[in-house]
Amino acid sequence: MKGIAASIALLLASAACALAAVDIQEIESPGGIKAWLVEDHSIPFVALELRFRGGTSIEPADKQGGTYLMTGLFEEGAGELDAAEFQKRQELLAATFGFRAYKEVVSVSAKFLTENRDESVELLRLALHEPRFDEEPFERVRSQVLAIIADMATDPDEIAGDAFNGIFFGSHPYGRRIEGTAETVSALTRQDMAALKDEALRKDRVVVGAAGDISPEELGLLLDRLLGGLPVGGGDLPDAPEIGVGAGVTVVDFDTPQSVAQFGHEGILQDDPDFLAAYVLNEIMGGSGMASRLFTSVREERGLTYGAYSYLASLRNQGLVLGYFASSNETMAEAVEVAKDEWERIAAEGVTAEELEAAKKYLTGAYPLRFDGNSSIARIMAGMQFDHFPIDYVQYRNDKVMALTLNEVNRVARRIYRPDKLHFVVVGQPSGLGGEAQ
Amino acid sequence: MRFGIRILSIVLALAAPLQLSAAEPAVEFRLDNGMQIVVIEDRRSPAVTHIVFYRVGAADEPPGKSGIAHFVEHLMFRGTDEYGAGELQEIVRSIGGTQGAFTSQDKTAYYQRVASEHLEAMMELEAVRMDGLLVTDEDIETERGVVLEERNERTDSSPDALFSEQRRAALFLNHPYGIPIIGWRHEIETLSRDDIFDFYRRNYAPNNAVLVVAGDVDPAEVLRLAELHYGPLEASPTEFRRERRQEPPHLATRRLSMSDPRVAQPYLTRAYLAPERDAGDQTTAAALTILAEVLGGGGINSVLSQELELGTEAAIYTSASYRGVSLDDTSFSLFALPKEGVTLEELEQELDRVIAEFLESGVDEAHLERIKAQLRASWIYAQDDANGLGMHYGQAITAGLTVQDVESWQAVLEGVTAQDIVEAAAQLFDPSRSVTGWMMPEESSS
Repeated sequence: MKGIAASIALLLASAACALAAVDIQEIESPGGIKAWLVEDHSIPFVALELRFRGGTSIEPADKQGGTYLMTGLFEEGAGELDAAEFQKRQELLAATFGFRAYKEVVSVSAKFLTENRDESVELLRLALHEPRFDEEPFERVRSQVLAIIADMATDPDEIAGDAFNGIFFGSHPYGRRIEGTAETVSALTRQDMAALKDEALRKDRVVVGAAGDISPEELGLLLDRLLGGLPVGGGDLPDAPEIGVGAGVTVVDFDTPQSVAQFGHEGILQDDPDFLAAYVLNEIMGGSGMASRLFTSVREERGLTYGAYSYLASLRNQGLVLGYFASSNETMAEAVEVAKDEWERIAAEGVTAEELEAAKKYLTGAYPLRFDGNSSIARIMAGMQFDHFPIDYVQYRNDKVMALTLNEVNRVARRIYRPDKLHFVVVGQPSGLGGEAQ
Repeated sequence: MRFGIRILSIVLALAAPLQLSAAEPAVEFRLDNGMQIVVIEDRRSPAVTHIVFYRVGAADEPPGKSGIAHFVEHLMFRGTDEYGAGELQEIVRSIGGTQGAFTSQDKTAYYQRVASEHLEAMMELEAVRMDGLLVTDEDIETERGVVLEERNERTDSSPDALFSEQRRAALFLNHPYGIPIIGWRHEIETLSRDDIFDFYRRNYAPNNAVLVVAGDVDPAEVLRLAELHYGPLEASPTEFRRERRQEPPHLATRRLSMSDPRVAQPYLTRAYLAPERDAGDQTTAAALTILAEVLGGGGINSVLSQELELGTEAAIYTSASYRGVSLDDTSFSLFALPKEGVTLEELEQELDRVIAEFLESGVDEAHLERIKAQLRASWIYAQDDANGLGMHYGQAITAGLTVQDVESWQAVLEGVTAQDIVEAAAQLFDPSRSVTGWMMPEESSS
């Protein structure tokens, strides 16, 4: 490292990290709706993120895919406006609305220009309160969803995800595909859409993040108009699933030159006191960037894959430790062995002081950089409320990361990495990989 | 209808969204060694994006060496004479930064996103990498494995990507845009150490680079730091001329069909050779940009949706796309997913009918106004993302445009008339300059 100059040496020595430069206010509308707001008047628009708890996990088994289809129909006519008129109005206002269904959430992401904010909010209000679910768009969008489902059936990643979910969750709602099946989607009716909409959008199950060119008072009035009339209450969120599967390899035969592997086992819940340590461990095992153990051993040292990573999945009632990579049929068996070895190693030996230090530096340095722009900030604030973080968490989160000790982290490594439970689902035609065929 | 995102990804992997333009005037400098610098100031967040773009991409590769631009990009993470493999990652990671690189037909770019106080350190690292690449033979072989797996993952495992590769090869008869960026497998397999270093030494130099810095920075300070760290690098004596092989006259309509058991849905594609945005002359490209929105922009009010999804119900999804930021002639593409029971032949006839009728009837003025309203808004929304703006400037400049072209783009779009659009369409829709693609689930003659 002869030439690495002074500023880099300085930077490596510096442990200080910038605090996120965001001032989050909690507001409550006159009608009692709470929201987090970051005011910034430098660009004339506001980003709004709504997240409704429930998602596809609360739809009845025989309506599987209904919530997903329903979110595709919000921009297809509402109130007095048919689909074409609704979209013309939206195009002219240049407001953007995004509606998405996930396992445990339905989200609405919107951007409104300041110059026509009231009209834009009114259009979104119509979509959320009075969607028409007319015959023509219903059939058209349903046929698009059926095309997507057919396409997914020949996509190795989707096949792997489906097989993994089926093995782990069985008939529990977490095991169902968000998009539904050809059978369930074909059987859906327009009446189902209206019923699912009322279940999915509940005023007392929403969290709100807003950022940009709006005052607290204006936001309060906006939220009362936008969400005021939505129903409250609703059915129970699902209980925890029972996971019976143990260690093993399940091979799903599929004719393709490269196999994909989805693997993992049970993890811990987001509100577990060990979660932050688990999060740091995952960063070391297979997190972002090119320095993780999995990336290094599978890609950098052996050239067996283009990408390899791991992550923690946090559902309300179930945590998972998961990993993914793709590798040629000829080399998949070797890649699986390498990943198993990494699981054994971290469970038996934990991580080193140097690895922990490097992960802490990365995570604490990266944290303030997340808050970059109205859209990002609105999403982060909604996500924090969804996961029940306190509003001042941003101020001390880095201190909590820095306070983790090697002993603590390695105790958690033994707890969450379970080679005796690690199950691989491999889709492709891998050679030399023994496993139960499916 | 927003489900189109996934459907689109099937075919139009290279399509770009609406082009955007910056509100903040970018500040431009040039170092004595020829390195161009563009700074976009946005003080809202304490972050900065540092990007070095090289004016070399896949379309600048020597014949028979496809994939070498991208291979070199991979090797640039393997080490230099001043820091070893992995150290670059460690340094950027230790400050919470993210980094990466990408290669396209017209450029190769390396970026880091870090807290703004670390900008200088990023310049030091990237300056070393501009002339100090050092890799072992073993590194090259390991990385070749990674690149082949990347090709496996992105292309060979996907019939849609394979078909797209074949269609591009058919659209460009002579221009290297017909060669995939990642390279043909048999050529990636034979790239040698000499090939790699010849390409690197020839193309990586300050006078072939554009530095873009976007975020929490003062332009004068960026210039001072750049002079300090990039200034000492010697300019290459090479005269960088990007004169690629150009297209001969296109005389024959081309048709491709492909079938694969992994394809669940048949679909129809049509690509036309189209002019790109040229420095100082962006009017036709602006008309084509709006034409893509008129014909197949999001939503059901586009011409293709109205005619094919709602009118004859031949299709369940349609789209149009055009990417104007390109050094040489580019493509304008149409896509349609047939309704069950409609053959690709019938769908293609319908598509041709809609194009012919559009050339007769022209553009609805109210529709044009709505599209312009959205283009204006996208310009405002784009200001929220300094990182995205930085990327956009660098891409435009390495595609032969200037900072002024980027900044006047919004006004050029605003000035497009219905007449301009129909004229651009009449020039564009020449069957002899087109490639039609039929993708089918299994062997079939229909």
